[in-house]
Amino acid sequence: MTDILQFIFTNPFTSAVAKGGLVLNVILIVAAFLVYAERKVSAWMQFRVGPNRVGPLGLLQSFADVLKLYTKEDIVPDNADRFFHRLAPLIAIAIALAILCVLTPASYITIGDVKYYISIAPNVNVGVLIILALTSVAVYGITLAGWSSNNKYSLMGGLRSSAQMISYELSMGLSLVGVLMLAGSLDMNKIVASQANGVWNIVTQPLGFIIFLVSSFAETNRAPFDLPEAEPELVGGYHTEYSGMKFGLFYLAEYANMFTASAVITTLFLGGYHAPGLSTVFSLLGLNVVEGDLLMVLIQVGTFAAKVGFMLFFFIWVRWTLPRFRYDQLMNLGWKVLLPLSLVNIILTGGVMLALQQLSIL
Amino acid sequence: MPSLQVLLFILLGIGAIATSVATITRRNPVASAMNLVAHFFMLFGLYLTLQAQFVAIVQILVYAGAIMVLVIFVIMLLNLGKEQSLDEKFSPYKVLGMIMASAFVVMMMSMILGKPSGYTQLSDKALANGTTESIGNVLFTQYLFPFEIISLLLLAALIGAVVLANRTAVK
Repeated sequence: MTDILQFIFTNPFTSAVAKGGLVLNVILIVAAFLVYAERKVSAWMQFRVGPNRVGPLGLLQSFADVLKLYTKEDIVPDNADRFFHRLAPLIAIAIALAILCVLTPASYITIGDVKYYISIAPNVNVGVLIILALTSVAVYGITLAGWSSNNKYSLMGGLRSSAQMISYELSMGLSLVGVLMLAGSLDMNKIVASQANGVWNIVTQPLGFIIFLVSSFAETNRAPFDLPEAEPELVGGYHTEYSGMKFGLFYLAEYANMFTASAVITTLFLGGYHAPGLSTVFSLLGLNVVEGDLLMVLIQVGTFAAKVGFMLFFFIWVRWTLPRFRYDQLMNLGWKVLLPLSLVNIILTGGVMLALQQLSIL
Repeated sequence: MPSLQVLLFILLGIGAIATSVATITRRNPVASAMNLVAHFFMLFGLYLTLQAQFVAIVQILVYAGAIMVLVIFVIMLLNLGKEQSLDEKFSPYKVLGMIMASAFVVMMMSMILGKPSGYTQLSDKALANGTTESIGNVLFTQYLFPFEIISLLLLAALIGAVVLANRTAVK
């Protein structure tokens, strides 16, 4: 057993395929339950019951929905560009899933003196940049969907989303510079390690955190920034002309993006897989658990999942609390508020770091 | 059996050539632009086989993620309609262009064939030189002056664009 594991997980190619397959299955199930959670939480906030017919407590509702989408007729408009109409949802879901490769739900596990890293692409020198690059490419799925449908509402939705994503990408990238300066690396593992002392980046980078959070909402097209699919103005926005599982893929991509955004916020600002005060608990219990033990990995994954879960709840919470922005307000917020603030954050971080260095030298 | 690196190079190279040919032969402007995006992804892979992680990711971040999104944006807003309007006619400039292009091909071929043939090993320093850290170090010490000049140039272009756009708005 260990021989086979060692063979699979020491070869970079097979280990990436094996871990990727595992993560893919996990994320699809998580996304299915996320749809259920969204409907339950919204029902709870509006004093309704929510889905409660399919399975115990309605838990199997999403699976019934997916079955429905699969068996539904797939309609493509007459004058649509068929190739790009089919390609667009694939781009959306592929990019949403590709970002998962740099996430670090736990550090590593040691089996028989060999370290196995948990993340799919561990120790990537440019980890954070991969996340930013892939989110910037994600706009093609929505834009092409809007254009290829040959429908004016779809096109308007597609154009709005590309303008929105380009605008918020800048402040999103710049808000991370402070975190990168503190960690001194773009590697996700090292950024998590820099928060191991219990001082999370949300404490040292409160401004960066808020800017990144707001930009994440805009990048995932979630309320209050869901203008690309604002139903009073644009019918369904970019996915007006989509039906069946193609629509399902867009829906899935939205929830996968939400999961990724929560996981990235957890990793960069909320200490990643580190649980505060874990070492004191271990010493009180008289346990000797070091990094790499199975128990430690389980605790790390649990901590990570709990933090991501809270962030996901936060996403849903905001959606059912805040009204939608107007388009000019959205652009003003992005360009005139968030972008200057993220630049101020970089200067402040640099200044404080320099001052602290000078003080410790003097 | 060639190594994984050579195999990847061959696959990505064929992909890069195919997508770049498709970029100039497609009549549909959006298809053409999307082929260019695919081409950037092939280049991304090629840079990765050379251990240049930073250059590879910047290729996606800047070209595929920012510049091409704007290009697609403009194509959609312009609403070109009938692609026939892009049909080209014979002109003397085209002959001149062909001569220039073939001269360029001859020059490139002489450069490539003049080199010693065979696959050369990647340098040991390639991995260290490709990191963000080493590029940042060089950029902010040795090449600081050109870096600042380029920043100023871009800033001037930015202000120029704002002034041009604003003048039409005021009228």
